[in-house]
Amino acid sequence: MAFFEGSKMTAGYGDGPDIISSCTINVDKGEIVAILGPNGAGKSTAMKTMLGLLNLKSGNVLIDGEDITNLSPQDRVKKGISFVPQSKNVFAELTVKENLEVGAFLRTDNLDKILNDIYDLFPILEEKQSQIVGELSGGQRQQVALGRALMIKPSVLMLDEPTAGVSPIVMDELFEHIIKVKKTNVAIIMVEQNAKQALSISDRGYVLVTGQNKFEGSGDELLNDPEVRRSFLGA
Amino acid sequence: MDFINAIVLLLNYTVIPALTYGSQLALGAIFVTLVYGILRFANFATGDMMSFGTMVAVLLTFYFQSLGISFGFLPTALLTIPPAILAMIFYMLFIDKFVFSYYRVKKSPPVQLAMVSVGVMFVTQAIIRIIIGPFDRRFFDGEKFILKANEFKEMTGLNEGLTIKSTQAITIFVTVIVVSIMFWFLNRTKTGTSMRAYSDNEDLALLSGIDPKKVVLITWIIAGILATIGGVLYGLDKSYRPFVYFNNMLPIFAAAIVGGIGNPFGAFLGGYVIAFAEILVTYAYKKFFAYLLPEFMEPDSLMQLLSTDYKFAVSFSILVIVLLFRPSGIFKGKTL
Repeated sequence: MAFFEGSKMTAGYGDGPDIISSCTINVDKGEIVAILGPNGAGKSTAMKTMLGLLNLKSGNVLIDGEDITNLSPQDRVKKGISFVPQSKNVFAELTVKENLEVGAFLRTDNLDKILNDIYDLFPILEEKQSQIVGELSGGQRQQVALGRALMIKPSVLMLDEPTAGVSPIVMDELFEHIIKVKKTNVAIIMVEQNAKQALSISDRGYVLVTGQNKFEGSGDELLNDPEVRRSFLGA
Repeated sequence: MDFINAIVLLLNYTVIPALTYGSQLALGAIFVTLVYGILRFANFATGDMMSFGTMVAVLLTFYFQSLGISFGFLPTALLTIPPAILAMIFYMLFIDKFVFSYYRVKKSPPVQLAMVSVGVMFVTQAIIRIIIGPFDRRFFDGEKFILKANEFKEMTGLNEGLTIKSTQAITIFVTVIVVSIMFWFLNRTKTGTSMRAYSDNEDLALLSGIDPKKVVLITWIIAGILATIGGVLYGLDKSYRPFVYFNNMLPIFAAAIVGGIGNPFGAFLGGYVIAFAEILVTYAYKKFFAYLLPEFMEPDSLMQLLSTDYKFAVSFSILVIVLLFRPSGIFKGKTL
């Protein structure tokens, strides 16, 4: 039994067709799991369903053995599930520090310690703490987004294409940060377009096709699987 | 001496009235901008909501006066502001619960909410007319002047008198306090920051655990405070006539847009920009030039750019010019 699991999830937007059907994804603490697949495979949808942004038609979502299928996204945040959306993932008009403070909105204790932890993880944020986030570079913004999500000390962190639109150098840097976060015993699920790089830092991966689990396995297994290579890794 | 007379003349007839009027507009404009930034619609009921709060204060003032309660040299109406604010907030929350929240939950487009607010405007107007009627009411009491023209002339020996009405001083003083507290709240408290976050990026705010109901509630509370205080100050300074509050919506919206809609500090400054523009353009400068220019150059006309009847044209023109050339407002700065 994994720590966080969406099992046999079927869901779609509104009354539209099912985007994912009977899709199962799970992750343990201290593990990075990548969700891969072609465009329109339902990768983001699977993640959003686990977060509660979409209603399940069947299946359920469990954290630490507890069924949270019917909880709203806000209530899931209280259970320690944090999400970094692909776009608009920072408060562009607030300062870096305010972004982090809003991330910790649900915490009632003193924020100094957790702020320092975040600054240790992302030193640049301490330097820029009173700058408006809208004025930062793309890579720095992604760090703000990660920092904001980490402020509640989540047990599960979900990242929707964290490296979309950043340069290769920044991408490597971000992946390093994600590994650092993993080492703090957080369960990480990420949806990625850069499949090779994502698999190289992931413990396990899922390949979705038309909303269903097509392949799954450890990062190396998937990287070396001839069929996965041919269809998704382009080599 | 003539030069000083000219300055005093301008102070007396333009600067002080414009600061007063600007403060009243600023409070309304911040109200508009807050509702726009957080609840995401242009609230056409702004003027009449201000009127509603003022109506409660007027009625309470009459009641207090009948009981013989007064506030010394200050107007009794100041005592009635807190209960009037409560009534105003109650009314706003009532409207929100039974009207606006339905459209908010449905995620209706802003234009639809704006049209809904037009409906709220008509209903509010009708309620006010039923309760207090459409007539002009003066509810000012207490000491009228802080500085009288004659006293000033005696003190300084100038020809021109400087008058400071107590309502003017009260307006400016109260506005500075209310606006400072509000900015402190928005920028320095956790709840204020969460409201700005909600305004900036609603989805992410929800994902951070911010409770949208609480944000909406606090927005209406602040709106109620601003609307009532702005309305009462305006009513004390001029007089309370429901229709005038409806009319004031144009300069108030102009102020909010000039300041960059969604930007409270811009709205605050925008109020003064509109007020100064209206008053400076419609002031008759004849006497002013008579002091400054030699006798043979003295103007024959009133030297007035626009008749005061056209003062709304001034705010309307500014509105159009700003929307054409600087649609994001003339002040740089954080939106809410």
